[in-house]
Amino acid sequence: MNRTRHSMRRMLAPYVLLAPGLLWLIVFFVLPTIQMFLYSVSTGSVDFGYRLTWSFDAFTIIPKQFSRQFANSLIYGTLATIITFLISYPLAYFIAFRGGRYKNLVLFLVIAPFFTSFLIRTISWQIILGNNGPVIGLMHAVDIFRAVPENFTFMGEPVAVVSGLVYNFLPFMTLPLYVALERIDIRLIEAAQDLYAGPWRPRGWLYGAVGGAILGGFIGFGIDWDIPIFALVGAVLGTIILGVFVSESFLRVTFPLSLPGVFAGSLLTFIPALGDYVNATLLGSPKTQMIGNVIQARFLESNDYPIASALSIVLMVGIIVAVMLYARMLGTEDLSGGAML
Amino acid sequence: MPEIDVRLVDVTKRFGPDVIAVDRINLEVRDGEFFSLLGPSGCGKTTTLRMIGGFEEPTSGLIELQGQDVTWLPPYRRNVNTVFQNYALFPHLSIYENVAFGLRRRRVPDREIRNRVTEMLQLVELPGYEKRRPSQLSGGQAQRVALARALINRPAVLLLDEPLGALDLKLRKQMQVELKRIQQEVGITFIYVTHDQEEAMTMSDRIAVMSAGHYEQLGTPEELYERPTTRFVAGFLGVSNMLRATRLGEDGAYALVEVVGGSRVRVPRDRFDGRVEVEVGVRPEKIRMLASDAEVPAQLNRLPGRVAHASYMGVSTQYIVQVADQADLTVYEQNVERTVEGSIHRQGEAVTLAWMPEHTFVIRDAGAATGAEPD
Repeated sequence: MNRTRHSMRRMLAPYVLLAPGLLWLIVFFVLPTIQMFLYSVSTGSVDFGYRLTWSFDAFTIIPKQFSRQFANSLIYGTLATIITFLISYPLAYFIAFRGGRYKNLVLFLVIAPFFTSFLIRTISWQIILGNNGPVIGLMHAVDIFRAVPENFTFMGEPVAVVSGLVYNFLPFMTLPLYVALERIDIRLIEAAQDLYAGPWRPRGWLYGAVGGAILGGFIGFGIDWDIPIFALVGAVLGTIILGVFVSESFLRVTFPLSLPGVFAGSLLTFIPALGDYVNATLLGSPKTQMIGNVIQARFLESNDYPIASALSIVLMVGIIVAVMLYARMLGTEDLSGGAML
Repeated sequence: MPEIDVRLVDVTKRFGPDVIAVDRINLEVRDGEFFSLLGPSGCGKTTTLRMIGGFEEPTSGLIELQGQDVTWLPPYRRNVNTVFQNYALFPHLSIYENVAFGLRRRRVPDREIRNRVTEMLQLVELPGYEKRRPSQLSGGQAQRVALARALINRPAVLLLDEPLGALDLKLRKQMQVELKRIQQEVGITFIYVTHDQEEAMTMSDRIAVMSAGHYEQLGTPEELYERPTTRFVAGFLGVSNMLRATRLGEDGAYALVEVVGGSRVRVPRDRFDGRVEVEVGVRPEKIRMLASDAEVPAQLNRLPGRVAHASYMGVSTQYIVQVADQADLTVYEQNVERTVEGSIHRQGEAVTLAWMPEHTFVIRDAGAATGAEPD
């Protein structure tokens, strides 16, 4: 009697423990998603109500009307992810391996901006990049050859939107990278050096030049600036970074072991950046609209629920597919652990 | 004269202004030798090894590898490989890639890599493990892979940092034999760091016993055990009985010393360095225990005593014998004649302890490293 009660309890325990989370997920994710899907195949208006007509019109409109905004989202999201990665990796590496007793202080500095509201932080970028702001002021001050046009501006340009995204999502990249790097046993790096892993030359130079050129070119393309100049700068920087700072022990041991952090960090940056609309609203212009702006406008301003829902679903499915491809690319099994974080 | 593989000249390593990890060490390790650095934790043995491997730079001094000055060379430019204490296998690579790592960095052709990895896994008795991951190995297997990963590069010298520390006793004994076999098979110089005196004695050709940043004595296991010259070495390697002694005079090839209780003991004369007040010692298993009225051959040293304690240890019996109410000597007696009936010598019994003068060693006393190599 007693015994059966005991085993009953044992059997039920996992479900009882799961229940709150499961309930939360059902009420706030599954049901809304279903509702959203139903809206996307309905017709009507807020005033007269929506009827479920199983019309896929909303989806067929998307490629015609919103491909520009989807492309913007994809380009800015990708750019923001790449740039946050390029900034975060050296930062996280430094904190993890050279931080010493300042480790916690520097980590605190990384998340310190979070104590200010997301909106305030983004609005302050309006000031930083604004026409009367310090960046443009400095550019004009050092520009003795008058190469910078008088009406030069960042605001409303892709570069402003991407800057905002990079700034806002930097900690989401840095922290997972730090956790992954911190876990690496220094002796593994010593073992690699012991086994003749030295500087990565001359191949590093080559890969650095080619990779840097491609990356620089893409950044130039993404923020709609001079592609060749960006490619050139990228090539030079790439050669220096891979040739001087990247050793074979980093390439063969440290970096592969930090991949779970790369995976987690880039997802935590890429997914929210893709759907973000605050940065594009505050720092961008109509031409830099991202898909988040459209969804927000359709839901809240024009009350066009079917289109807004259809856009959300396309975005969601797109992200899921992209994440799966990405996970496949990096080799999933080892990474899911890191991605859970 | 055998060739010198590794030479350390006045090597010193400081960590900060106050900590001297290694203090002016001079060492010569011969080609093909199994050389051990033995000492308690914090004695500087691992730091010494890390300097030879290139992971630490000496504060001052010179490190030579096969006649070449490598003091300032990074690890990847030295023809030396290391077996790390926790193995440090690359968790993201298969066993095959772990073992092949060094060859790949040296751009050895694939075909040759394949042959050498196969051959190496055979040597460490792990054929067929190529596709496994380090996480799928037991401690002993990981140990062998770490060894294979280092040896495959055919280094001039292999450095081993407490490689058996994480294994259980039985496996450790097995691996000691294995390591010695592999060392003889490949003929590479091994420098082995351990705090386990038995481990060092079983495997080494020569041992440097280290303490507080320098070595106290250097020699073959037999030399160190039979003739320790410092109190530290006498105590660290096995059990020693130490007696304060005053040199009285000479008796042929022997020196005559007076020990506790006024007894006189003979010690080979060449073991003295001229001082009068010394300490002499004798190992417990060298002492024969006789009834107090038994006849003792004249050439043996003698001390009267009383059995204070006897404990049965299976293979032998350990007696604590009190000599002249002042010193306790430990005596091991093999249980050759013993049966279940009990001790041959009982507690409180008066006995005579006897040993050969040749088994008496003289402590030149701890303090500065002698650095002298026994001839």
